[in-house]
This record gives sequence, C-alpha cells and structure tokens, in this order.
Amino acid sequence: MENRPLEYDYTVAKMFMLTTIVLGIVGMTIGVFIAFELAFPGLNTILGSGLAEYTNFSRLRPLHTDSVAFGFTVSGIFATWFYVGQRVLKVSMAESKFLMFVGKLQFWLYVIGVAAAVVTLFMGYTTSKEYAEFEWPIDIAIVIVWVLWGVSIFGLIGIRREKSLYISIWYYIATFLGVAMLYLFNNMEVPTMLATSPAGETNIGDWLHSISMYAGTNDALVQWWYGHNAVAFVFTVPIVAMIYYFLPKESGQAIYSYKLSLLSFWGLMFVYLWAGGHHLLFSTVPDWMQTMGSVFSVVLILPSWGSAINMLLTMKGEWQQVAASPLIKFMILASTFYMFSTLEGPIQAIKSVNAIAHFTDWIVGHVHDGTLGWVGFMIIAALYHMAPRVFKRELYSKSLMAAQFWIQTLGIVLYFTSMWIAGITQGMMWRAHDEFGNLAYSFIDTVDVLHPYYALRGTGGLLYLVGFFMFAYNIYKTMTAGRRVEESELQNASPMGA
Amino acid sequence: MNFNEFAAYAYFFLIMFLVIGTYSYIYHLYKNRKDVTGVDYEDYSNMALKDDIDDAPVKSMSDDKEK
Ligand code: HEM
Ligand code: HEM
Repeated sequence: MENRPLEYDYTVAKMFMLTTIVLGIVGMTIGVFIAFELAFPGLNTILGSGLAEYTNFSRLRPLHTDSVAFGFTVSGIFATWFYVGQRVLKVSMAESKFLMFVGKLQFWLYVIGVAAAVVTLFMGYTTSKEYAEFEWPIDIAIVIVWVLWGVSIFGLIGIRREKSLYISIWYYIATFLGVAMLYLFNNMEVPTMLATSPAGETNIGDWLHSISMYAGTNDALVQWWYGHNAVAFVFTVPIVAMIYYFLPKESGQAIYSYKLSLLSFWGLMFVYLWAGGHHLLFSTVPDWMQTMGSVFSVVLILPSWGSAINMLLTMKGEWQQVAASPLIKFMILASTFYMFSTLEGPIQAIKSVNAIAHFTDWIVGHVHDGTLGWVGFMIIAALYHMAPRVFKRELYSKSLMAAQFWIQTLGIVLYFTSMWIAGITQGMMWRAHDEFGNLAYSFIDTVDVLHPYYALRGTGGLLYLVGFFMFAYNIYKTMTAGRRVEESELQNASPMGA
Repeated sequence: MNFNEFAAYAYFFLIMFLVIGTYSYIYHLYKNRKDVTGVDYEDYSNMALKDDIDDAPVKSMSDDKEK
C-alpha cells in the first residue's frame, strides 16, 4: 500500500458543520416567524384555527430556543471541537479507528435526538422548563451523546503529541463538564404515569409526560442555576474556546497575553456558577441568594472583559487586517458584542434596574445582542475559517461575505435597539400609577404602544436570517465550486475568491 | 451562631480566599514568566499558530519518554 503522509481527518467536523447550518436555518426561520407573530397576531392562525395548535407562538417558541441553542450552537461547538481538537493536540482522528467510530456514532445519535426533540415539541410534549423542555427519553439520548463526546475529548487527549493543552482545550473541557453536571441535575424528572392522585387512583398519567423531582422554590432555584449556566457553558465558554483559536490563527498573531487567558479562565469558572440568582430577583428565593447573584454578576465583568480585551489586543498593530478581511471583522465584532452583553448583563442584575427590566423585552434584547452578535458571528467565522481547510478549496466569495457582514450587523442593531426601547417603555408603563396607587395602564395599552418596535425587531431578525442564507450559499459554493488550493495557501488568512 | 451569621462569615472568608488566591496566581504568573518545565507561557500561543500535523510541538509528549 502506498505510504501516504498523515493528515488531519475532518470527516466528523464536516458532518457537524452541516447540522450547524441546517439547524441554524431552521431555528432562525422559526425565530423570525415568532417575532412577526408578536407584531402581527393574525399569524398565529395562519393555517386556520384548526391547525393553530401547531402555529401559535407558545408552541413554536421552545422550538426556536432549543434549535438555536442545542441545534445550531451545540453543532457549532462539536464541529469546531473535531477541527480544533485534532490540530492543537497534533493528532489525527485517522490514527484511531475507535475515536473515529465514536465520533460518527455521536453524530448519528445526535441527529436522531434532534429529530425526536423537534417532533415531540411540535406535538406539544414538554416539561415546561425553559431550555430543558425535552421529555425524559430524549434527555437520556442527550446524555449518551454527551458521554460519547467526552470519550472523544479525553480519547484524543490521551493519544496527543502536544503535551500541554492549549487554552481552547481547557474551555472545551469546561463546557463538557459544566453541561454534564447541569443537565443531569436539572432534568431529574418522573413520568406522570407513576403518580398517584390524592384520591388514590393510579395509571392516570402518561408515560411520555413527566414532572420535575423538585417543587416550588427549589425547582426555580435548580432551574435557574441550570438556565444561567446553560448561558455560561453553551453561549460563552465554548465560544471563547473558538475565538482563542480562530482569531490568532486567521490573523497570524499570537494571543496578546497567554497569561491573561489563563487568569480569565479561572476567573470565569469561579464566578459564573454563583451568578444564577440574578434570574430570580424579587422572587421567593432567600434574599441573601439574590444579593449574592447580583454581586457575582457585577464581578463577572472582569473575567469576561479579560478574554474580550485579550482578543482585541491580539489585533494590536494589525488593524488593517480588520479592514481588509470580512472574516476577521466577524470575529472582532463578536468579541465587541461579547463585551457589550457582559456589560449589559451586570447592569440588569442590579436589583433596582432589574425591577424595571425583568419580564420585559429589554431582557430579550440582551439575549440577542449576546446570541446574534457574539455566538452567531463567532460560529459563522469559525465555519468560514474551517471551510477552505476541510474542503481544500478557496472560499467562494469575499464580497458576498462582506455584504453578509453588513446586513447581519444592521439586523442585530435593529434587533437590540428596538428591544431596549420596547423593554424600558414596558417596564415604565407597568409600574406607572396615580397618586392613589391605581395603575395608570392596563396590559393591552403596552401591547398597543409596542407594535412598531416588534415590527422593527422582526425586520432586524429577517435581515440576520437573509445573511445566514448568504452564509449557507457561500459555504455550499465553496464546497462545490471553489478554486482548489494547496496546503501552503492555508497557513493563516483564509484564501477567498472575489 | 445561627445559620445566617455562619453564612455571612463563610461568604466573607470565601471572598477573601478567592481574592488572595487570584492575586497570588497573577503574581506567580508574571513573576516567573515560565512554567515549571521552563517554557515561557507566551510560547504556548504557538500551539495554535503552528498546528500542522508535522510542525514541532511546543512541548512534545515523546520528549518525556526520552528522559
Ligand atoms: C457578565 C455576564 C452576564 C451577566 C451578569 C448577565 C446577566 C443577565 C441578567 C440579569 C438577565 C436577566 C434575568 C431576568 O431578569 O430575567 C439575563 C438574561 C439572559 N442572558 Fe445574560 N448576562 C451576561 C451575559 C450573557 C451572555 C454573554 C449571553 C449570551 C450570549 C447571555 C444570555 C442571556 C439569556 C439567554 C438570558 C435570558 C434567560 C431567560 O430569561 O430565558 N447573557 N442575563
Ligand atoms: C434570526 C434571528 C432571530 C430572531 C428574529 C429571534 C426571535 C426571537 C423571539 C421573537 C423570541 C421570543 C421573545 C419573547 O418571548 O418575547 C426569542 C427568544 C429567544 N431566542 Fe431568538 N431569535 C433569533 C435568533 C436567535 C439565535 C441565533 C439565538 C441563539 C444562538 C437565539 C436565542 C434565543 C433565546 C435564548 C431566547 C429566549 C429568551 C428569553 O427567554 O428571554 N435567538 N427569539
């Protein structure tokens, strides 16, 4: 047999790149649709009142959140892991048949899990816990997928050539451990079939429907310890892993300060876990816990900005690259939005601010400057960087990429500015009262006032979605029609066609 | 000491511990500049920059075995 030189094997990375794009399209299309439902309620019954069960806002909302979080984002995490992991550990998946098998198994189980999740959510099966809506059989499938991913991570580390673990690997490991712990504890649930009514009847429940093992305030606490850290370990930690690899690599610049990256890592790990209380301010959880949540949220600025500034300073003296390369623009804007949402978050966590912000659209604005600007842009940039390397072809079109960048940036700006105004208006109107303490407005008054902002948000979201389609098209053309490139062209800046 | 008092002390000392821990770690990193194996921390960036399969690792696994 011919003795071929060893190469990195991107089979599994490619598979997850595909699901990143497909699930991104699914999730964001639903997002745009529900955004317009809020602006134009008639859309809730667009297929007639007979089918309204499947088209209304409340049925579709979890499909949006779960497909962007556990579909788009988690696929992006897996895709980049199977790329970055091999490279910084300097070991190829082709060297281990076992790891190759585990990786593919993980992919197919994941696809089955996603399909089951989509179908059951559409049918209305839900545990009603935000970001943990899946019923127990799907939870079990997810746990297996996660364990397989763990086998991949530690398996690859076990056969590595590079002794030290690059900072991104630390972040991937933290993602793995963090989500494993959170997911297991928050999803402890019992099928209602096993329940007995106060009157002693049995067999009145359903095998597929379950309820949480915790009740009341305890349930709320566990839920938001989970919910908050899902933000930490799905929308922050793995995305930091990505930027620490892709930005230095694409720009050819060493990380501004590797020491700072180590420090920020431990800072983030220690602080994040304690900040979940800020989701439960003014609720029934103990007061000291709420205060602790607020305090840790403010402290959280430090490690967050530590990473973000480290990234911006990596470009020190190299800012012409930001102007020249749309790919680097995506990453610089991503870290800027990261700074932005990690400043906004702590402000919203201050009790007096939260009194106005909670339950309003300002929170939704915060969510989306984080997810669209930081998570979305970083994953898009990562895939753009990977595409020429995994397909051995030049990126199809630089100008298309630049156009996408500006369209999506405009979309994000429309999204969060409209939600700020909407949120603060809402917060102020809800609490306005006359001298006798009678509320000045009823709920429907706020709905009336907010209509234009909802329409604007829908438009912003639509622009972002259009940009995402441009991204999908660009990657597809790269795969099928891009000019073939040599290894030597792939050192740093990605090759791009006009 | 009731629970709240205990929690307050525990909280205070935890914060003290974390602050001291963090600052000592910063001091340690910047004073030594190199880790115990003698590699400058900043050189670890090369794990990403020179990551082709035939690039030399910053710190190779096989070095260990030779020792
Ligand atoms: C320093 C960092 C951050 C802090 C202190 C923070 C703080 C907060 C606060 C106070 C809330 C509102 C809770 C409420 O009143 O309901 C919130 C909600 C949220 N934040 Fe952040 N945030 C931070 C960073 C981020 C980032 C980077 C993202 C995403 C990329 C993010 C995603 C979310 C999400 C998804 C929610 C909504 C949860 C829900 O109610 O469903 N946050 N955050
Ligand atoms: C195409 C752009 C998008 C649009 C138009 C959109 C729209 C929406 C809408 C209308 C909601 C419900 C808000 C409400 O209940 O008032 C929502 C919630 C949410 N979306 Fe999006 N979305 C988009 C993209 C994304 C992406 C890419 C992510 C994550 C990576 C994301 C994560 C979330 C989360 C976590 C929530 C729940 C927020 C909360 O409970 O406070 N969205 N989105």
